[in-house]
Amino acid sequence: MKRLPKFLLSAAMVATMATSFAAVQAATPPDTLVQAWQSDDIISLDPAEVFEFSASEIIGNTYERLIQYDIKDVSKISGQVAESWTVSDDGKTYTFKIRPNKKFASGNPITAEDVVYSIHRAVALDKSPAFILGQFGLTKDNVKDKVKQTGPLEMTFEVDKPYAPTLVLYCLGNSVASIVDKKLLVQNEKDGDWGYNWLKTKYAGSGPYIMRDWKANEVLVLERNPNYEQKTPLARVIFRHIKETASQRLLLEKGDIDIARNLNPEEIAAVSKNPDIQIQSAPKGTVYYLGLNQKNPNLAKPEVRKALKYLVDYAAIADTIMKYKGDVHQNFLPKGFLGAETDNPYKLDVAKAKELLAQAGLKDGFTVTMDTRSTSDITGIAQAMQSTFAQAGIKLEILPMDSKQALTKYRARQHDIYIGNWGSDYQDPNSNADTFAANDDNSDNAKAKPLAWRNAWDPGPLTAKTRAAVMERDAEKRAQMYKELQKAVLDDGPFVIFLQQTEVAAVRKNVKDFVLGPSFSDNDSSKAKKN
Amino acid sequence: MNRGGGHVSALRSFLKSTAQFVIVLMTTLLGLAAVTFFIGRVVPIDPVIAIVGDRAPPQVYERVRTELGLDRPLAEQFVIYVKKAVTGDFGNSVLTTNPVLTDIANVFPATLELATLGTLIGTLFGIPLGVLAAVKRGSLLDQFVRLVGLVGYSVPIFWLGLMGLLLFYAKLGWVAGPGRIDVTYSYLYTPVTGIVLLDTAMQGQWDAFWDAVSHVILPACLLGYFSLAYISRMTRSFMLNELAQEYVIAARVKGLSEMRVIWRHALRNAAVPLVTVIALSYANLLEGSVLTETVFAWPGLGQYITNSLQNADMNAVLGGTLVIGAVFVLLNLVSDLLYRLLDPRTR
Repeated sequence: MKRLPKFLLSAAMVATMATSFAAVQAATPPDTLVQAWQSDDIISLDPAEVFEFSASEIIGNTYERLIQYDIKDVSKISGQVAESWTVSDDGKTYTFKIRPNKKFASGNPITAEDVVYSIHRAVALDKSPAFILGQFGLTKDNVKDKVKQTGPLEMTFEVDKPYAPTLVLYCLGNSVASIVDKKLLVQNEKDGDWGYNWLKTKYAGSGPYIMRDWKANEVLVLERNPNYEQKTPLARVIFRHIKETASQRLLLEKGDIDIARNLNPEEIAAVSKNPDIQIQSAPKGTVYYLGLNQKNPNLAKPEVRKALKYLVDYAAIADTIMKYKGDVHQNFLPKGFLGAETDNPYKLDVAKAKELLAQAGLKDGFTVTMDTRSTSDITGIAQAMQSTFAQAGIKLEILPMDSKQALTKYRARQHDIYIGNWGSDYQDPNSNADTFAANDDNSDNAKAKPLAWRNAWDPGPLTAKTRAAVMERDAEKRAQMYKELQKAVLDDGPFVIFLQQTEVAAVRKNVKDFVLGPSFSDNDSSKAKKN
Repeated sequence: MNRGGGHVSALRSFLKSTAQFVIVLMTTLLGLAAVTFFIGRVVPIDPVIAIVGDRAPPQVYERVRTELGLDRPLAEQFVIYVKKAVTGDFGNSVLTTNPVLTDIANVFPATLELATLGTLIGTLFGIPLGVLAAVKRGSLLDQFVRLVGLVGYSVPIFWLGLMGLLLFYAKLGWVAGPGRIDVTYSYLYTPVTGIVLLDTAMQGQWDAFWDAVSHVILPACLLGYFSLAYISRMTRSFMLNELAQEYVIAARVKGLSEMRVIWRHALRNAAVPLVTVIALSYANLLEGSVLTETVFAWPGLGQYITNSLQNADMNAVLGGTLVIGAVFVLLNLVSDLLYRLLDPRTR
């Protein structure tokens, strides 16, 4: 019996040795901001392609655009790379003067040539966000005539119709219109790809930070751009992909990260009691809604659409399942947008709903299905609605499914009710009006598939009104037009809009000036400091 | 025939078994590819949306659909896929935009590192525990080993993982938290093998090495515990079987020490089926333990495949499945070879 104890002993010793040294656990380095987030949505870091939340935040921190807006009041538009601009009398030609003496991170000067190249490139590559520029009549074939350099620091941008100038400017402030370093991209171009295969994982910008390294689903590192005018207080920002929210919480409380970006409501409630941690939040341009398919004969009745709006317990959802993550909001324009209506007239009112159902000839209710993505908050909301719908005799069957599957079905108009959210593509009200209030062709083979189309809803005169609003150059009149559109959709539309999303981050107290903005590309780490 | 003939027949049998192996490998992989491919195509998920997103205008949607070859008949798509796969082109992942093979080369070492350590821990502790339990059948120790096995079988691993983190990382501070290596160290070495422990040790970055150890130890022990539960249980039952054999009685009658009877004779015979058990458990861990990888933010194969699956990234799913298939077949081959080494009867 000699060998065994010896063997066990040595094995035990190895195990103890391996576990007993305390890991070197200092706080994160003082010049580095470490964030934990879920970044598995990043597919590319090319601004011409980026359309995902996480990646647009990276683009926001690493690139510049012609135009920027004040994140506290998005109606205040100013130049970023543009020093000034003018709009021609016919409202179709925008002339921009570029700020002199600006440089890319590479050291190359920023000129009008780069700006023009960036727009040509985004339109020619024609990736997901290209429509944001394409909607002004720009195509691969005509973009070189429409967007032209007119001097070393001057260029023009020509649109096909006299749109409201703010729409054009907001779109030029979008991440798709980020200014890329032409010289650098030309060097890395292969077979006329505009440097696309290179830039997907690399960097060619002029923003406060440089994108230094990206390992998919692992880590993304930003570093201070020495050529940027206002140097960032921190030398680098590290984004760690931590999928599991409970792990994010542990890392945060332990001080191994400075910011946790994806905690769920219970975890936020728990860490908010930690004296070293503060909670930060900002409303986002995303609304949660139910889409009622008008191909379903019951849902097509106006009284039923209205009844369902009375059968949601808005306050309870916002206070429990979506605590910290959303506020009650019933109009299609998120707060902060031009013309956004903040009136929320609907409340849970079973008696009123029953009355409406009786008028529709559905006194005893009906059975209907809801395509529900299997995430905890969407499932929770769906269950809450199931119980309130039941109070009026409506039997709601929840069909749990994967998000891509739900989307595929939604885009084929095969759902009864779809529960989802919609984030604006840019800060102009047209982004949402175009999808909630307009539908040019309600036939099954229609090319465009706005949300109105997906729910088989013909908004009638609202489509024309939406198109008119986008041409209105007087901001006040324009705001009024959007208010009318919202009211019409709120009264009769096939959408039960119930929440506006809030983004929340748990931040260690020694971190100052980390900013959550109204859109994901406005989440700003460039002013953050640590003490 | 003379000795030369013996060589020829040995060579022939070697070639035969090699050919057999290659055929098995090929048919397994082809079958796997076919099943995964068709499942991937019949699920009601539109792969184009996964690529272009929900807001893409119709012309972009159509272009990508054609690029993917989705407008062609299913059988034709499969033939195209297999043809490309044979040349090593598994297509590009939608999520990471890299060639699938590059992605797998990136994530597989992480899984390999964790699975190997886990299996080592499981084997080093599982076999002695199993043997002791068998020898002292019915004793307190035996009950304990069975309890350990039962817990290992029935407690969900993500729960144990989180509890482990809470205790050893958050409360006691003995080990590092989720991730493979601290960001401070992650740029001190250049990834060569992709196995952090090896890379840091080979480049003499000992601080980074120890940091990596303190990151890997908890998930490795956790996986080790699960393979221990399995291995100890199997060892116990194999040993019980062997200890009841006549040769054991004969050995005891001959007056051999109990140590020698158990460890030299009985275990040696039990080792043959144990090899398969260990290989299977290793293969299981190599598939990537999704839950462990998620809790510990471990960028391995399991997370990669699950994530791809959830995002309808079928190229990545197919590639990953084929790699797992190949790993299984290879491990089977290895355990086959070990069998021959350990058991003269199978030669």
